[in-house]
Amino acid sequence: MEIPYTISTRPDTGLWNAKIGIWLFLASEVMLFGALFSAYIFLRIDAAPGTWPHGLLNVPVGTGNTAILIVSSVTVVLAWAALKMRRYRVYWWYMLATISCGVIFLTVKLAYEWPQKFEHFGAYIKPDALGKYEKYLGNERRAEKGMEPRIEITGHLHSQNAKEYEVALDPVNADPDNPVMDRPHFLPLPVTDKIATIEKEDVERATMFLPTHSAYFASYFTITGLHGLHVLGGVLVFIYMWLPVSKRLYQRNPEHLANRVEVSGLFWHFVDLIWIFVFPLFYLL
Amino acid sequence: MDASTSVETHQDPHAHAAEHEHHELGFWRKYIFSTDHKVIGIQYGITGLLFLLLGFSLMMLMRWQLAYPGQALPVIGKWLPHIFGAGTMPDGKMTPDFYNSLGAMHGTIMIFLGVVPLAFAAFGNFVVPLQIGAPDMTFPKVNMASYWALFVGGSIMLTSFFVPGGAAKSGWTSYVPLAAFSDAGPGHNPVFNGQTLWLIGFIFLITSSLLGAVNFITTIIQLRAKGLTWMRLPFFVWSQFVTAFLLLLAFPPLEAAIIMQLMDRVAHTSFFLPAGLVVNGAPVSISGGGSPLLWQHLFWFLGHPEVYVLILPAFGIVAEILANNSRKPLWGYKSLVFSVLVIGFLSFIVWAHHMWMTGMGTAVSAFFQTTTLLISIPSVIILSAFFISLWGGSIRFTVPMLFATAFLPMFGIGGLTGIPLAFNSADLYLHDTYYVIAHFHYIVAPGTIFGLFAGVYYWFPKATGRKMNDFWGKVHFWPTLICMNVIFLPMFLQGMAGMHRRWYDGGQGWNVSNEHTIWGLTGFQWNAPISWAAWIMGLAQIPFIINFFWSIKHGEKVNDNPWEATTLEWTAPSPPPHGNFVHTPVAYRGPYEYSLPGRERDYTMQNEPVEPAERTRRKPPAELVPA
Repeated sequence: MEIPYTISTRPDTGLWNAKIGIWLFLASEVMLFGALFSAYIFLRIDAAPGTWPHGLLNVPVGTGNTAILIVSSVTVVLAWAALKMRRYRVYWWYMLATISCGVIFLTVKLAYEWPQKFEHFGAYIKPDALGKYEKYLGNERRAEKGMEPRIEITGHLHSQNAKEYEVALDPVNADPDNPVMDRPHFLPLPVTDKIATIEKEDVERATMFLPTHSAYFASYFTITGLHGLHVLGGVLVFIYMWLPVSKRLYQRNPEHLANRVEVSGLFWHFVDLIWIFVFPLFYLL
Repeated sequence: MDASTSVETHQDPHAHAAEHEHHELGFWRKYIFSTDHKVIGIQYGITGLLFLLLGFSLMMLMRWQLAYPGQALPVIGKWLPHIFGAGTMPDGKMTPDFYNSLGAMHGTIMIFLGVVPLAFAAFGNFVVPLQIGAPDMTFPKVNMASYWALFVGGSIMLTSFFVPGGAAKSGWTSYVPLAAFSDAGPGHNPVFNGQTLWLIGFIFLITSSLLGAVNFITTIIQLRAKGLTWMRLPFFVWSQFVTAFLLLLAFPPLEAAIIMQLMDRVAHTSFFLPAGLVVNGAPVSISGGGSPLLWQHLFWFLGHPEVYVLILPAFGIVAEILANNSRKPLWGYKSLVFSVLVIGFLSFIVWAHHMWMTGMGTAVSAFFQTTTLLISIPSVIILSAFFISLWGGSIRFTVPMLFATAFLPMFGIGGLTGIPLAFNSADLYLHDTYYVIAHFHYIVAPGTIFGLFAGVYYWFPKATGRKMNDFWGKVHFWPTLICMNVIFLPMFLQGMAGMHRRWYDGGQGWNVSNEHTIWGLTGFQWNAPISWAAWIMGLAQIPFIINFFWSIKHGEKVNDNPWEATTLEWTAPSPPPHGNFVHTPVAYRGPYEYSLPGRERDYTMQNEPVEPAERTRRKPPAELVPA
């Protein structure tokens, strides 16, 4: 028994099976990420003043990762085109480039960006204790300028005991009245060596920058995590189609391999597209 | 249609040769890890039927507590604690927590593990490729993965009964913040607890449905037989097509919501939790900033299309059986098709009618009220077309037909009683009462499930080559029909009297259920007859179960087309071999050519070529043609 239209197209639809399949699958993926992005919008609109952080992510690294994904989108198309021209060797190299881009992206995300966040510390100050930490928050000046108050002190957790936290401050808390600190920076500023002591009884809630820290980090880690899983899935599929087993399929039926690359390439473009939304939403806005 | 003349081109000779090697599959590949759509369909079917029985059993336990609150359950009450754990039914008396678990799991199991696998996956898998003349589904391996994802999801759901603390107990809707904090704390595993396992199991169930939906749509688009144009598709195929789209687009938002609730429970985020929550008298350490309403929106964005996922396949089955047994073409085929498409579209923009109590504001309410009423129009068109299809037919009251005809008024009651709930002013009073329970159970229990029984009796000969016993089919049908109504009709009255759907004591301790009488019984006293009807209905399923298994081996042997039907699945051998058809079928005509004038037989199958004489006969008589 043989299922028709796995490789050649059906005349009246003009499509082969997997192409319809992948577009349908992508439609469901749009709904999945669409719901997550809607949740992001919902939470952000609802956020109480001062609770939605800005400028905490490393924009140059994010920009680099964006470029890597875009390059990989190009190379996967070139790999497919090479197959269509029946040049397996060229295909092999472009596929290797695509896989490498995916692996670099994941490495940057998991080995650099995420751990950097996990090491960061933030303490939300109780409303009635905000005055006590005015020198780290600069709220008097912000009130004059009509800006949202700062309610969190962030930095690296130096040490803590039963009563207090000692925090090496972020520049924004080290120099809160400096107008430069009013907006996020493209190049991230390093943590200063200025140490602040925060009493635990003044703290509403203190955590590292983990999903539990805030609605912002919850959606950041959930969406980038799910996106990362998609990147991983794509990379694994590409590796399978790059290994020697693909050469055998190529020799048997090159069009079959080309179709497989086309379908997984469509998926890969979609994964890139999601990142094109993630990057401005979390890094820039 | 010539447009669908299609020939496979560019066939690689090697690939061809490889595919044609016939080798016998071993037992495991043939019956367990099979890629054959028929075997997968039967796997889905048996799994679905077992889960329906399980979900119903949970409800039969709850009915004891509702009718006789606080009394020890006789006989089986003694050994139930040995199964579900000592804390669930001490001395045979049900604890409130266990009651809540049963309620939540009854809903979850019935909908997501019972009806969806049976109505969509089982019938869709078994029947759709046969009806469109295809050798199999487009992606057989994906099809197998889809079944096994369901199997894993279902196993996780079942396992959750036996973990410390028991299964999920926050209702089948798992509303937050309740669901975020239940099954947590001392005595509970951080991951292996009821609610978290419910979430994890759900991810597998959603995956299963998504894979199935992709496969179904592609199959229907790509693998229709030559000549089988869209308007020649049997209505069942259309209903499965729309259902697949609903699953494809509505399930992912719930998956997103489930992932977020999982994060809330495991990573302690606050997607759905507002700041300043106090649980058991103590403030909880969460960041806050989340929204419980967000969960409700995402849940019902699936939840409402899901209702149509449950009912549309039943529409399809009933349509096939009505046309076949009334020996008439289905009335208004085109309007049926367009109605089902309109339902599919509208079902995505009615979800907030489940949320009238949340205070959305008048503008939003007015929008959802309007769309909700709009969706009743195509539903009524479908039901009317079904009724008119019966008019003037020479009806054969076979067992599938009994169930299919019973479906019509039962679904009608369910649909019409939904209209008061569509108006938010009326719903404010009826919300969360037994009225709501009666309304949606009329749609899914005597509605959908009757459709499913009809389908099982109808396609059983195709799957096995044997018919199920007629007499025992009727013994199954009549008590089930009567009990269904004894169970659900009084619930409308209980609900209008104000009985709340989640009362653990059946309303015994509440004034509203005791101060008024309905036909001589108070709201609470009505629980006992309802419960007895439920238990009798449980007994009435025994003939079905025995009939089902007995007929596989010993049923009356029948030919390939025992119902004298017209659609393509009846041109295949019974049971169809791997690859389905002996000759690749070609369709020459519409799906319901019954009682065609001038023919010897009263049915003309889709693969019978149109004769030249027939073409002229089909012209209207001269006196009807305007000059």
